[in-house]
Amino acid sequence: MRGPVTWWNDPWRPPRFLVGITIGYLAWSLLPVAIAVLYSFNNGRSRTTWQGFSLRWYWGDKTLSVWHNDALHTALLQTLKLGVVTTAITLPLGVLFAIGIDRWRGRLPAGANFLMLISFVLPEVLLAVALLFVITTIALPISLGTAAQVIGLITFQVSYPAVLVRARLATIGPQYEEAAMDLGASRLGALRRIILPMLMPAIFASTVLVFADVIDDFVLVRYLSGDAATEPVSVKIYNTARGAPTPALNALATLLLLAALTAVVVGFLIYRYMTRGESADRGIGAFAGEV
Amino acid sequence: MAVPVIAAPPQNAPPRRERVTGLWPALAAPGIVWLLLCFVFPLYVVLCIVFGQVDPLFRTPIPVWNPLQWDPSQFAYVLTHIVGADGIFGPALLRTAVYVVAASSLCLLIAFPVSYYVARLSGRRKGLLLALLIAPFWISYMMRMFAWVNLLQNDGIVNKVLSFGGLLSVNVDWLTGQPVVVILGLVYGYVPYMILPLYAGLDRLPQPVLEASRDLGADRFSSFWRVTLPLCRPTILAAVLLTCLPMLGDYFTSDMLSASPKTAMVGNLINDSVHAPGRTGQAGAFVMLVFLVALLPMLYYIRVTSRRDAVAS
Repeated sequence: MRGPVTWWNDPWRPPRFLVGITIGYLAWSLLPVAIAVLYSFNNGRSRTTWQGFSLRWYWGDKTLSVWHNDALHTALLQTLKLGVVTTAITLPLGVLFAIGIDRWRGRLPAGANFLMLISFVLPEVLLAVALLFVITTIALPISLGTAAQVIGLITFQVSYPAVLVRARLATIGPQYEEAAMDLGASRLGALRRIILPMLMPAIFASTVLVFADVIDDFVLVRYLSGDAATEPVSVKIYNTARGAPTPALNALATLLLLAALTAVVVGFLIYRYMTRGESADRGIGAFAGEV
Repeated sequence: MAVPVIAAPPQNAPPRRERVTGLWPALAAPGIVWLLLCFVFPLYVVLCIVFGQVDPLFRTPIPVWNPLQWDPSQFAYVLTHIVGADGIFGPALLRTAVYVVAASSLCLLIAFPVSYYVARLSGRRKGLLLALLIAPFWISYMMRMFAWVNLLQNDGIVNKVLSFGGLLSVNVDWLTGQPVVVILGLVYGYVPYMILPLYAGLDRLPQPVLEASRDLGADRFSSFWRVTLPLCRPTILAAVLLTCLPMLGDYFTSDMLSASPKTAMVGNLINDSVHAPGRTGQAGAFVMLVFLVALLPMLYYIRVTSRRDAVAS
């Protein structure tokens, strides 16, 4: 029979309290979402009472399902469109910016780096309102809608690839590039044939991160959406959640969740393949922006 | 929405024989121009609108571009209506402070033990647990709030569970003006953003130092209190700032889970006035206020993260 003092001093005792709180937290954070996903398969109109399994809200219902209802699948397509377009523009912009300010010495790049970090931590609503003011008070060729949303999202997201790529550049160091240039490569050649391939994992991780983040964005896309046709899924959920939505809204949210998780899982597998043979930490953390 | 851990890479000492080249400025130029046009300029436009005029007929804002002609009346209107007899904005501002402080403290109470366990003690299950911990990162914030809207309906699961299958009759109206629900909603929404930086910081703690403290006679508690905690103080501060900053601009949590002016935060003031005719300048003034309040924490965060990496390398 061990006394409490022995128990307390035993260095190998299992951390029951910490295990309990971790399991409790995981259940609390994931169960509500799991229940929402479950009710997207409900056979009835209720989101609180289970009435049997069906795919009615995905395509069975002729007017209200995600497949048949124009408003719902327009939202899903808009979300995916914003995700793809924003990622395609943000990535080259952010990667070149990171390489540029990492190598360029002086006050100007230091200021640009500071600006980039500020844009990284600024509350999103401030940027959204500022951009809304620009577009509504100045006569620009851009009106509210997809173009404005893409511009806002790029501004907000460009720091992710920049931060990840700069962290990777710091671990690579200058020696490979110098060796290439000693062997006769030009500065641009060394960049293209040595540094860029070595940056690929970071570039790829930020691609997945930016895409997954853009399709979940809410504040910017809501302020900068023009009309119902340019409202993505998150705005649709916000607009209808407090009314009397059908489980079709759960189905829509589930499809969005599926898109984000697919992107992350496939991305993670490819990332593992790209970084095979590296001793550095190549865990899932890189995909949430852990540098 | 995700605000991940940042670690600004250290500034290496410049190589000795660096020739002046136009390549790096050329690479950085598009990004710099973009940030100036789409980040700095819009913030200037906010100033021009706050200190600008309002069209007397259409009640639309007229920006004044010249700082010498700025008219502070709209900003003064907001400032004079915060405290005092006609302090219509004061309660929401105070509420924002209370909610943000309460929610961040709760976040820290949950996030610290969880990330401590996963980072240091979970052993073989670490990868799986970490994946589960950051799964909420890739679930849309709106979907997670919507999940709670479903659970908290009058006939929802929370009320059913509380009434023990009909033993008691509990009919709490959770979704209108309940501050507790909004605070817990904020905690639910922002905890993942605190767990990840904490995890990263705790994962990097030097194990030999902790073992040395035990070898030198510290018990569990004082080893934690006098070694672990001081070592990860910068991490904790950075994590708290990372959750507080986005919470300051949050209006959708209150909208989704309460939709009542009784739980309005400063974000709601911005959101409600931004499209109201004649009140756009007020929205701009609140944007400026939040920016000013957030400025010091932002600068501090940037300093902490850059210094930590300078030390680490």
